[in-house]
Amino acid sequence: MRLDAKIPAGPLPQKWDRHRFELKLVNPANKRKYDIIVVGTGLAGASASASLAELGYNVKTFCIQDSPRRAHSIAAQGGINAAKNYPNDGDSIWRLFYDTVKGGDFRAREANVYRLAQVSNWIIDQCVAQGVPFAREYGGLLANRSFGGAQLSRTFYARGQTGQQLLLGAYSALMRQVASGKVRMFPRREMLDLVVINGQARGIVARNLVSGEIERHEGHAVVLCTGGYGNVYYLSTNAKACNVTATFRAYKRGACFGNPCFTQIHPTCIPVHGTYQSKLTLMSESLRNDGRVWVPKTPGDQRKPSQIPEAERDYFLERKYPSFGNLVPRDVASRNAKEQCDQGKGVGDTGLAVFLDFSDAIKRDGRAVIEKKYGNLFQMYEKITGEDPYATPMMIYPAVHYTMGGLWVDYNLMSTIDGLYVLGEANFSDHGANRLGASALMQGLADGYFVIPYTIGGYLAGSHFAEVKNDHSAFTDSVKEVQERVTKLLAVRGRRTVDDFHRQLGLVMWDHCGMARTNEGLTTARARIQELRAEFWQNVRVPGTGRDFNQSLEKAGRVADFMEFAELLILDALARQESCGGHFNDAYQTEENEARRDDANFCHAAAWEFTGEGKDPVLHKEPLVFENVHLTQRSYK
Amino acid sequence: MSKTIHLTLKIWRQNGPGDKGRFETHPAKNISTDMSFLEMLDVVNEQLTLEDKEPIAFEHDCREGICGTCGTMVNGRAHGQLKGTTLCQLHMRHFADGDTLVIEPFRARAYPVIKDLVVDRSALDRVIQAGGYISVNTGNAPEANTLPVPQDRAERAMDAAACIGCGACVASCPNASAMLFVSAKVSQLALLPHGRPEAARRALSMVRAMDACGFGNCSNHRECEKTCPKEISIVNIARLNREYFKAAFISQEN
Ligand SMILES: Cc1cc2nc3c(=O)[nH]c(=O)nc-3n(C[C@H](O)[C@H](O)[C@H](O)COP(=O)(O)OP(=O)(O)OC[C@H]3O[C@@H](n4cnc5c(N)ncnc54)[C@H](O)[C@@H]3O)c2cc1C
Ligand code: SF4
Ligand code: FES
Repeated sequence: MRLDAKIPAGPLPQKWDRHRFELKLVNPANKRKYDIIVVGTGLAGASASASLAELGYNVKTFCIQDSPRRAHSIAAQGGINAAKNYPNDGDSIWRLFYDTVKGGDFRAREANVYRLAQVSNWIIDQCVAQGVPFAREYGGLLANRSFGGAQLSRTFYARGQTGQQLLLGAYSALMRQVASGKVRMFPRREMLDLVVINGQARGIVARNLVSGEIERHEGHAVVLCTGGYGNVYYLSTNAKACNVTATFRAYKRGACFGNPCFTQIHPTCIPVHGTYQSKLTLMSESLRNDGRVWVPKTPGDQRKPSQIPEAERDYFLERKYPSFGNLVPRDVASRNAKEQCDQGKGVGDTGLAVFLDFSDAIKRDGRAVIEKKYGNLFQMYEKITGEDPYATPMMIYPAVHYTMGGLWVDYNLMSTIDGLYVLGEANFSDHGANRLGASALMQGLADGYFVIPYTIGGYLAGSHFAEVKNDHSAFTDSVKEVQERVTKLLAVRGRRTVDDFHRQLGLVMWDHCGMARTNEGLTTARARIQELRAEFWQNVRVPGTGRDFNQSLEKAGRVADFMEFAELLILDALARQESCGGHFNDAYQTEENEARRDDANFCHAAAWEFTGEGKDPVLHKEPLVFENVHLTQRSYK
Repeated sequence: MSKTIHLTLKIWRQNGPGDKGRFETHPAKNISTDMSFLEMLDVVNEQLTLEDKEPIAFEHDCREGICGTCGTMVNGRAHGQLKGTTLCQLHMRHFADGDTLVIEPFRARAYPVIKDLVVDRSALDRVIQAGGYISVNTGNAPEANTLPVPQDRAERAMDAAACIGCGACVASCPNASAMLFVSAKVSQLALLPHGRPEAARRALSMVRAMDACGFGNCSNHRECEKTCPKEISIVNIARLNREYFKAAFISQEN
């Protein structure tokens, strides 16, 4: 297999224009002859479905939840970036591009990132026109705030509920198309296989989560917008239904998986407090605008924060990174918190937490201002911990949050399977080895509103399609495989629950493939995962039947895929013998404990090809060519 | 400080829309007060699974109060007794050792039961399809700062937009009306200049869709506002009524 990123020729700022001009067009009357399947209704899927339907394509859209409005994007808190430069503080498309490439530790494709920065401003225009109630200044114009990894304010926000508001905007556009008949919506469906015919993605097989029926859906192209795989760690800030199944099934049908080891651990989450815990809650990065991170200077200091005098506190981010301070990128902030806790300076019952303190900000701006900015986050914190963050500092600790890796895609967002597109967090495209805050929302909407509507047309207009009905043998075979797997899961009837296995898998991943990785740890983890997977198929207990609403069965299928996928993630981490962004191998660090890249040997995107059950996948490398930015050691000092 | 409590759960079990349904009693032992309500149900479900019984079906996803997926009645209150809280945000420290909790699905004519505590709320999507949007295609938008929005108006629009579509307002209303939900969307869009051109049509058609979906009328019981986890105000209902009557009046004139 040869990876072809299909990056258009020409100078960076003109690539996208030129490419749009060169793409073939589908004439308006012909668009209705094409059926497009969109899986997922987060920012990427909802925006893609609506935009494609507006153009005239027939769209079939699928999601797991009972309503498309509930996709995980709804939970995003802090904001969305754009290069509007409203604050007049020196922003530009070029700077947003540069910050994103640098923040990703130079492991993303220049052309894609530049395009992302280019379309970022249209996204804000579109969302405002949909009625997204972004925060505004007194004069009625849009307000901005800062986020990690940037020294200026380019983040648009709607209180701490930006994802909710953006998703509801995209969802309302989607509902409008459902009403017009151009989108057929299939909620409570889980895609369990991709159907490839003559090398083209031509449909999906999905389980109806209410009736248990295995359904077939055919189309001319399939667009996966199924989100990230952070839940391979069990505990994460992701919603419970987030999974790798759709992308992993596509991988097994020939789509290469890109950079699976690039996972992001977010520095500010509510710490773990018990073994029963089912998920972790993020406290938005925007809090680092006003909150100061600190630990006691002396290891083992058990005093209450109010009793620790100023002189005995270490504001370690401000000390180590004077120019970015508390706003260093996530990977840097997380690793530093871990380092402090490893030195015994962690706080709270478990010693696995640091303080995030708002007392200075409250003193400076008054409680009302802080309440207006972060009220709902403070409330959320109080509900979970029973403590009042206005009165006492928050305690936070890093948690798994986002996955930069995903299916490999070219400049058109097409995977290594013709006609299979991948958008949003599900692809690997724009964030390299570390994503900057407020850039995932931007990317999801860029992909869905402003990239796929153009690139899919080029493919449809330029391809020949054999007539395919859903009784084609490829569908029949796939349905049979899916059904057999369901039967097999139910038939084990062992003694351990699905969650029990998932939790154990998560611990192995967190301990050995989390914030810091070693070759020995990764090797151990691989062996453990293999053992655990073998035990799963011998000893898992999935109650109920496959013929009705069965949440245990849903979970079991997802965990079974995580068990296989986890090994791929580990393999990728082992293959990348350098540190970069969120992938930190202890053996490769600078004297100041920062990630040390090896550009001579690893300046590439890894794309893994499935070669059969029980066989090791094959690694392909897409060299990353930087013609416009100079590769440097990232510095946030 | 966390401690451990023991509870008795009276839980509604129903195999599907055709089944009559019944209450079942299950103990919930050794529950840490730091757990969330849903984590408590997880613990009970793990136990049931190991005892070869079917776990209790209940819905959830984000578990942080934003997706609107969770929600059951707890002792007669939608999302439980705590103000401004979704079920997933309700923590067990608000219950006492020895408590008995009656847990039922949201009940309304427009919400058929799927299984146990899971109901079908797709009617809420159908109401949005009737007009809960601004008709702007991708690419049509003018520059974002073209229309300024006074800050307090933007804030009020955001207050209304905070609705998570959980449907608890319907479950707590004696008439099973969806007025609070509808009014939140109508208000959000009516408060913003971008939404004004369609305000009249939107109000009329969403209210019609609400009726068609089998939701009841609003007769000012205000239960919705009390249980709404996002504390959506009934001021929005007044605004919806104003938009509705204005619209009805205009459409008569035409
Ligand atoms: C707590 C939290 C806060 C965040 N805050 C921010 C922020 O402030 N700014 C920012 O830029 N980013 C933020 N992020 C990241 C960002 O929210 C996500 O990366 C982004 O929303 C992902 O969008 P998506 O459309 O790719 O996927 P998702 O929103 O995850 O949607 C996935 C969709 O796919 C469907 N699906 C999945 N698998 C299947 C299947 N097998 N069959 C059928 N359907 C399937 C789901 O039902 C869902 O509809 C945050 C993330 C978290 C967890
Ligand atoms: S108005 Fe309140 S109770 Fe009703 S759906 Fe919205 S958030 Fe839920
Ligand atoms: S699970 Fe999302 S609101 Fe409760």
